[in-house]
Amino acid sequence: MTTLTRGPEAVTLPAPAPAGRGRGRAVTIALFLLPALVLFLLLVVAPILVAGYASAFKWNGFGGLPTDFVGLDNFTRLFSSDIFATDLAHLAVLVLFSVVIQLPFSLAVAMLLNQRIRGRAVYRLVFFAPYVLSEVITGVLFSLILAPDGGMANQFLSVFGLESEFLADPDTVMPALFLVMTWKYFGFHMMIYLAGRQGIPNELIEAAQIDGATPWETFRHVTLPLLGPTIRISVFLSVIYTIQLFDLVWILTGGGPSHSSETMAVTMMEFGFKRSQVGYANAISVVMFVLSLVFALVYQRAVMRRDLEGATTSMGGRR
Amino acid sequence: MNHGRPPARRRRPTLPLHVIAWIVGAFILVPIVYALLGGFKSNSQLSGNPFGLPDPWVTSNYTDVLGSGSFWRQVWNSTFIAVATTVVMVGLSALAAFVFARFAFRGREALFTLFTAGLMFPFAVAILPIFVLLRTFGLLDDPLGVILTQAAFGLPLTIIILRGFFRSIPGEVEEAAIIDGCSPFGFFWRILLPMARPAMATVSVLAVVGSWNNFMLPLVVFSDETSWTLPLGIQQFQGQYAADTARILAYLILAMLPALGFYAIAERHLVGGLTAGATKG
Repeated sequence: MTTLTRGPEAVTLPAPAPAGRGRGRAVTIALFLLPALVLFLLLVVAPILVAGYASAFKWNGFGGLPTDFVGLDNFTRLFSSDIFATDLAHLAVLVLFSVVIQLPFSLAVAMLLNQRIRGRAVYRLVFFAPYVLSEVITGVLFSLILAPDGGMANQFLSVFGLESEFLADPDTVMPALFLVMTWKYFGFHMMIYLAGRQGIPNELIEAAQIDGATPWETFRHVTLPLLGPTIRISVFLSVIYTIQLFDLVWILTGGGPSHSSETMAVTMMEFGFKRSQVGYANAISVVMFVLSLVFALVYQRAVMRRDLEGATTSMGGRR
Repeated sequence: MNHGRPPARRRRPTLPLHVIAWIVGAFILVPIVYALLGGFKSNSQLSGNPFGLPDPWVTSNYTDVLGSGSFWRQVWNSTFIAVATTVVMVGLSALAAFVFARFAFRGREALFTLFTAGLMFPFAVAILPIFVLLRTFGLLDDPLGVILTQAAFGLPLTIIILRGFFRSIPGEVEEAAIIDGCSPFGFFWRILLPMARPAMATVSVLAVVGSWNNFMLPLVVFSDETSWTLPLGIQQFQGQYAADTARILAYLILAMLPALGFYAIAERHLVGGLTAGATKG
């Protein structure tokens, strides 16, 4: 954004308005803006507000707006529920895995593909390809590969006597889920890092090399600090995504076995659609929303403050 | 994107780098190749000979799927919804972004902030009220319910990207057009949009991929099998043929092809759009 925009002066129309244009201008603005605004208010803003409103009610989702007001009961019930506590624990585990394993792995691969090696365009194309496949395709594919009986993974591992229950065992389900997430998403982060690396002037890297820095020192003290903003954004996106994680889990495990891989969005869908406790489910979505929002604000204030102004979200009118 | 090249230096042996790249590539490709070959096997081959080539090659898994009406209906539904979503989303976004980029009026920044705040609304948060809303309007089991909702949630990022692009077009172009007698819409339609073709392509590609892969929304909106999109069809197919792994693998491969083909064509726009969306949106 910041590089593309030319500042406010580019926006104010310099052209003198022809006679009678004042009203025509207002009509133009309204006609151009209203369709998007109406759609946005109706299908994005209103549902979010309804979700917040309905979270204070006992509601089965039928009969217009809810009427059975229960105050904060849905939230107190939620915060004392074991399932919700495990949802939060799973979120923490997945974020930790992502930040400690997946993102460094993506960064390493990005640095590798930034070298001048033959066929790197092909490698890049292949590594990114899973990101284009839908979560459902990915999920079904890996549910077959990781099937405890006769799945490809166990057929391979049985050679070494290392079979695992993978998704069917509460102890291994989270690492298995994380493996699938890494398969699907590391290419995305790799691409972000590659773009970030290409934004670093090569003169800086060369200068370090001329000063006798080893490749590792160059990476550690020049490239890595300069990639800071990119890394911070990729962590941000990873966390926001993990808070809402649904599709993959729903397909791979449905949250099981016995809630051992459940996420907030899965719990919400369970209560909202399978048990028709829409008010309670809405309380879960409100928590998801607040969690995303608080994380975004705190993270932007505390971590991304010095980076590109207005990156990722232009909250509060900052550009 | 400027293509910074690594500095010229003594050529170090690149074989270790290739070995690492091959290992990563194997991690990515083995599942896909397993599915591709598995689709050509019978289930007994799949358990007896999981890693070798099919012997004999069984084509019935693929031909059965290709011969089934439901597969093609799902391809059509997914395509129709993706194209319609893109047209609505990009069309409305372009109009709004034009106003945000080239007109000064009271409340503009407040409205724009409202849209950008939309980036912070996770789709999952609103899914229950959206379901209730669509049911009220009678849009359940109607492609329009999915199309309009997807378009609405895509507006923020699309408007942000397009506004940035529209603003980068110099004011002199607009002055010249107006002096030549162009109306605002004429300027938008005949000059701005053609100039913005690269940005339009990028946001369109993002919209198509997002719609094609969407699962949660179609899952709650479509209960009638005739409206199912591919992701719903795949999930259901797995349930129906749970014991017939080879056939599911064939279905997966065939369902992958459109997405991978589209990726091959639009890779540049997709990657450019995603990285720009991530770092600048």
